[in-house]
Amino acid sequence: MAEQKEKPRKVGAMGMVPYEMALGPTWTKFFEGFKEKKILGTKCNKCGRVLVPARPFCPRCFEPMEEWVEVAQEGTIVTWSYVNYTYFGVTPDMIPVIGATIKLDGVDCGTGMWTQISGFDIKDFELVTKKVKVGARVKAVWRRKRQGNFRDIDYWKIIE
Amino acid sequence: MAEKYKLIKDLIRLEIEDFAFPKKEYRTSRHDTVLPYNWALGPTWTRFFDGLKEEKIFGTKCKKCNKVLVPARTFCPSCYEDMEEWIELPQEGSVETWCLVNYKYYGQVKKPPYIIGQIRLDKANCSLTHFIGGFDLSDPDKVRRKMKTVSRVKAVWSKEKHGDIYDIAYFKPI
Amino acid sequence: MGRAVAVIGTGQTKHGRRDDLSYPDLVREAVKKVFEDAGITPKDVDGVVYGSMPSMMEGMAYNHFYFADALRVVGKPLLRTETCGSTGQSVAHTAIHWVASGMADVVLAVTSEKEHEGDAQATMMTILEPFLQVVIGGAPLAFSLQSREWMGYYHIDDDKAREAASIVSVDSHDGGLKNPLAHIRVKLTKEDVSKAPIITYPVRLYDVCPVSDGACAVIFASEEKAKKICKKPAWVKGIGFRGEEYFIGDSNKAVWQSTIEASKEAYKEAGITNPLKELDVAEVYNPFSYQELMFLECLGFCPPGEAPDYVIKGTFSPGGELPCDPSGGVLCTNPIGAAGLIRVAEAALQVTGKAGEHQVEGAKLALSHAMGGAEQFNGITILGSEL
Repeated sequence: MAEQKEKPRKVGAMGMVPYEMALGPTWTKFFEGFKEKKILGTKCNKCGRVLVPARPFCPRCFEPMEEWVEVAQEGTIVTWSYVNYTYFGVTPDMIPVIGATIKLDGVDCGTGMWTQISGFDIKDFELVTKKVKVGARVKAVWRRKRQGNFRDIDYWKIIE
Repeated sequence: MAEKYKLIKDLIRLEIEDFAFPKKEYRTSRHDTVLPYNWALGPTWTRFFDGLKEEKIFGTKCKKCNKVLVPARTFCPSCYEDMEEWIELPQEGSVETWCLVNYKYYGQVKKPPYIIGQIRLDKANCSLTHFIGGFDLSDPDKVRRKMKTVSRVKAVWSKEKHGDIYDIAYFKPI
Repeated sequence: MGRAVAVIGTGQTKHGRRDDLSYPDLVREAVKKVFEDAGITPKDVDGVVYGSMPSMMEGMAYNHFYFADALRVVGKPLLRTETCGSTGQSVAHTAIHWVASGMADVVLAVTSEKEHEGDAQATMMTILEPFLQVVIGGAPLAFSLQSREWMGYYHIDDDKAREAASIVSVDSHDGGLKNPLAHIRVKLTKEDVSKAPIITYPVRLYDVCPVSDGACAVIFASEEKAKKICKKPAWVKGIGFRGEEYFIGDSNKAVWQSTIEASKEAYKEAGITNPLKELDVAEVYNPFSYQELMFLECLGFCPPGEAPDYVIKGTFSPGGELPCDPSGGVLCTNPIGAAGLIRVAEAALQVTGKAGEHQVEGAKLALSHAMGGAEQFNGITILGSEL
């Protein structure tokens, strides 16, 4: 390479792009249920499975899921993990967080990644490993003011 | 690192939250992306942008096909060889094509109306994309009539230099 | 499968923190190397396949367009393939199908990533989906959840899993020390790994892949071209790929269906009935040491639930029955989009005896594998030295 004046530079910028996504009729109804402290699932005509979050169609049978069921708000922990690091958008005051997948009673799948466990001093790691176990029973705790999104369930607390 | 970004994030949030989509009759969820980036320029583009800071436009020449390309490149796209010969190019050239931009979108770098043109600088074998300006752009018909008479343009430099492509403010007709 | 296909050349950049080069120049570094290795020129290439993580990772839209010059795609057909982490395998499969179908004789496959130009976790979490699978934790959370589900399903003791994962991490990092192109090249002990800071429990700092910049290019050719141009082709013996449902709670992630089915498909095509005995080396996708334990089971290297026992015995360590990730694996080098194709390139280097210091002696049959999404995709390519 011909002569250079200084070391290669880096250029910083913020990428900011606005997006607005349509929820679609199924998820609109699912989140309306949250406003009324209800967890709604849908049932597949073909395989009979009840899935939460509610779906427009069954991922395995590919049939429409048109039967709505109000499901229990208690379940068992399938798996959990203790999050202890930050990245852009997550500040030290936002961690730790205990993410978990929960199998609600009467539902044929786990909840996926939007459920968190709390209700005690989760900053105490030793206490966390004692209380949070695969198979433990948990119950939903709702936020007082609900807006119809996944944050309406504040956390899931362990039922001793 | 997260602390530093939290501050920037709060400042910038306001700007993007001013932006509103047209109203929709179905339920939607607003989900903007605000992410930090830090791009490496590499030696070639660092040197090219240093040149702009000094009001010089550099091109590079391929020793195989002898083409001179601008902005300066690391390698020739046709021959795939390193382009190691740096040439300071004249700041005048001819207009190969142009277009008057007269509509708005989020994140536009310049407020419309503005003209984007492909400018073939003297001695270069390719054209450079940049603004053409320096005259009144408010009436599209007047702009069309004026651009019909324009064949050559010359670079006009920004007063403040940042080492990016906007150090050239625009190309003005001569 | 179609016609026989072989790898006739590979090229990798020095992986790591590459602030010294712009992204297109980084891609060009790998492409230049693959042309040198294969001994052909861009004129001989019939088509190009490119893949990487979504362009949002580096803030450049449609980066296959940004790299049109570096990929030498001017005047040639281009396909872009992308399946998150398994992009490398998908790119390889696209190129293999292209050649096997008879529509092209020589195809260049390129993958790249420059993660230091953006914030990888923030990007992946932001652009995932805004309604339902939203939580703080990033990719480490998704894979830690899966690891614990596996430990719970097979009733594996926390301490035993911790020991096995530490061995995996130590072995991979030892491999990185023998690979001059790897990003992380440090010596670790089991103690270092077991006591490192917690990222997403049970995963700790040295159980996690690094944030890397890097590119990888591989050239695939038909049997006729390979025999003419290449002294030692690495033949594609079998490939497999499977996908799963979107919501991670929908299926049992301990018995990982996509990995199991994809590997069965690849073994069937390659005529392998006992992978542990017949394979000489495996480049398993291991961004998380715990996850590798699951892959060892789901790829059929050991019975389900027994991976920790086999790892502790040393079956998968250097000198063991089936050494895994001698190049350092994804734990030492993870430019996400490129990681899958790097596994293919490393497998090719192994079966052609070109792996240098990290060569597994006498390797003739190698498996390469990659996973994508939140456990949704799994792709496998098996390469051998004999047609």
